[in-house]
Amino acid sequence: MKNEITGAEIVLKSLAEQGVEVVFGYPGGAVLPIYDTLFKQNSIKHVLVRQEGGAIHAAEGYARSTGKTGVVLVTSGPGATNVVTGLTDAMMDSVPIVCITGQVPQHLIGSDAFQECDTTGITRPCTKHNYLVKDVNKLSSVFHEAFTIAQNGRPGPVLIDIPKDVQFASGTYEEKSKIIIPSHRLFEPSPDFEKNKIEEAVELISKSKKPIFYIGGGCINSGPKASKLVREFINMVGSPVTMTLMGLGVVASSDKNSLGMLGMHGMYEANMAMHECDVMINIGARFDDRVTGRLDAFSPNSKKIHIDIDESNINKTINVDVPIIGDVKQVVEKMIEVWKEKKLQIDDKALKLWWDKITKWKKVDCLNYNNEGKQIKPQYAVQRLYELTKNTKTFITTEVGQHQMWAAQFYKFEQPNRWLTSGGLGTMGYGFPAAIGAQVGHPDALVVDIAGDASILMNIQEMSTAVQYRLPVKIFILNNEYMGMVRQWQELLHGGRYSESYTDSLPDFVKLAESYKAVGLRAKTTDDLDNVITEMIETKNTVIADIWVTKEENCFPMIQSGSAHNEMMLSKDQKQDKKSAEKGKILV
Amino acid sequence: MNKSVYDSPDQVSETKRHILTVLVDNEPGVLARVIGMFSGRGYNIDSLNVAEVSNDENISRITIVTHGTSEVVNQIEKQLLRIVPVHSVTNLDQEGSSVEAEVALVYIYISETNKKKVYQLCDLYRARKIENENNTTIFEIAGASERVNRFIKEINEITKVEIVRSGPVAISSIQKNEEE
Repeated sequence: MKNEITGAEIVLKSLAEQGVEVVFGYPGGAVLPIYDTLFKQNSIKHVLVRQEGGAIHAAEGYARSTGKTGVVLVTSGPGATNVVTGLTDAMMDSVPIVCITGQVPQHLIGSDAFQECDTTGITRPCTKHNYLVKDVNKLSSVFHEAFTIAQNGRPGPVLIDIPKDVQFASGTYEEKSKIIIPSHRLFEPSPDFEKNKIEEAVELISKSKKPIFYIGGGCINSGPKASKLVREFINMVGSPVTMTLMGLGVVASSDKNSLGMLGMHGMYEANMAMHECDVMINIGARFDDRVTGRLDAFSPNSKKIHIDIDESNINKTINVDVPIIGDVKQVVEKMIEVWKEKKLQIDDKALKLWWDKITKWKKVDCLNYNNEGKQIKPQYAVQRLYELTKNTKTFITTEVGQHQMWAAQFYKFEQPNRWLTSGGLGTMGYGFPAAIGAQVGHPDALVVDIAGDASILMNIQEMSTAVQYRLPVKIFILNNEYMGMVRQWQELLHGGRYSESYTDSLPDFVKLAESYKAVGLRAKTTDDLDNVITEMIETKNTVIADIWVTKEENCFPMIQSGSAHNEMMLSKDQKQDKKSAEKGKILV
Repeated sequence: MNKSVYDSPDQVSETKRHILTVLVDNEPGVLARVIGMFSGRGYNIDSLNVAEVSNDENISRITIVTHGTSEVVNQIEKQLLRIVPVHSVTNLDQEGSSVEAEVALVYIYISETNKKKVYQLCDLYRARKIENENNTTIFEIAGASERVNRFIKEINEITKVEIVRSGPVAISSIQKNEEE
């Protein structure tokens, strides 16, 4: 037939029609036909990673920094199993990803063939949806549906498994516009959905005396307009606002209403305000256990409004009074409308008293640390990095651990989509490939991976990728020769027995960088720090900056597991009472 | 409410049996998605039944009997709705009026001494004989699970049996459907 093309060609054509510009991947036997087709075209760029796990984190970084869908292409068997961590990460943090995996030809499925695995079976719980495509004529409709599902409602990863014979087979391509996706497969709120709930919520806010907005990653997923509307609404109310790790940047750090991050390593004033508020407005957050602390003492006297696009988040761990199911930008737009229409205003006097109280909490100066001596404190390193990069368009990614929390505490985010971190799954090794993805999406921006010495080694092989594509990603290692957060928990909860948390035999990071033909820099004392950061920024090449920081610094403030928001630990000297410490020990 | 790493603050409601009926696209893996959600999130499946109910539209109905507090069952319903091929989830207990039935096949060892009693009991429960060989008979009994339970209990007291049960299927009652 004349109009028929191969399955592999359908794959590329579908990607092109979906507006895909870049694919992160790694070839192998079961995807050779797709790679062959890729070779013959110029519209889609391929970034070759050095391990499939890097591909999916890079796609996540690309997606979260650009707002587009990240695309991954890997082979069957080990190629597929290596992306499982990244799929789970994207699932937890609601990142839109389409992951294409090759599969052994259909007649070999189930025979334990070479590089065969049950990819759709393995990835079922860690994808929003997945497909095994057995008919080449269904390939294009599967692709168009997959992209829609990945982006629709609460975004997430979608996987498409394509047997090799389907890639070779000939079939017809159908355009995006011709595909009808049944409505039950998507989330489609009607235009005046939840109208009564929205009015109830707005009334409740207007009557509050001690309101607080609790902002999550959902506001970022809803697009830049959502952040704009959220800022506008908070300003109209005049309420304090705190953000989750995933929500940083929705409200500018410099905004007078911002109390910064809340939760386990959040700000004292934010957590105290959450504890004592009378109306809590949760927008796009999910009452994660890092945020709530002990549930029976979580914000005991407040009425709670919860705006979420995923109904399963409502009343999952915390019962709320006014649930609103919907997309943040639509809901908040409507809230602003109602607020203006009814000419509502909050009780000025009460609000002033509330702010006075918050100002007192702020005076505790919870981020205070002892910055004496020539040794670099990790907090100070992040502060200097912020000061020296704040006037540049900068994206910050992180790995997972102490450095991640210090980055969240000390780097000030003014805009959404500039902060990429693994929140839900807590994946060490996320930051560097994510930085590569962000740099691919923003070639002219400064992209810095704030890393730890242990985390960076989890995906260090991607140095090759960064250098090959001339991606001037900066790796800023807060090197304390420990898995710092593990060590901190061992110090606080396990009698200081540092079981296996010392990272012995670390590489010489400067020489490591040089061996990849990148640039290695090192700061040993505070005297070197500014020069190293400046040189790092000015270098038009991939850089590893090895920052030697004090080894046993702890990340404070901290709500220990099993404690409540008003039981924050501000320093090491302030021990948790023994009973709740024992109870907290079994928690994560 | 009990799915956090922290203790739940609220009074939990009592554990009850619930029948959920789930309409799904009849596509490969859909049953695995549903079952996987239950096992992955630590929910219970007491029985499960699945069959295609509409040939032309390719839709299957899954009937799941579960037990849990109302908070847990509420989460189960919402988590099921997140699964892409799921059309709808109905908790028949909340609907009020529903009808449920199941089928059991009972393989009964019959001897001269128990023969009369067995047949009497089967008559009483309107169990239908579907196969008869030498000293064994296979009966089929259909109806509400409680009735089947009672029958099995009583027949067990008489003789050795082997049982296979379909688990209940259920539907909201006719009246309700007409109203809609």
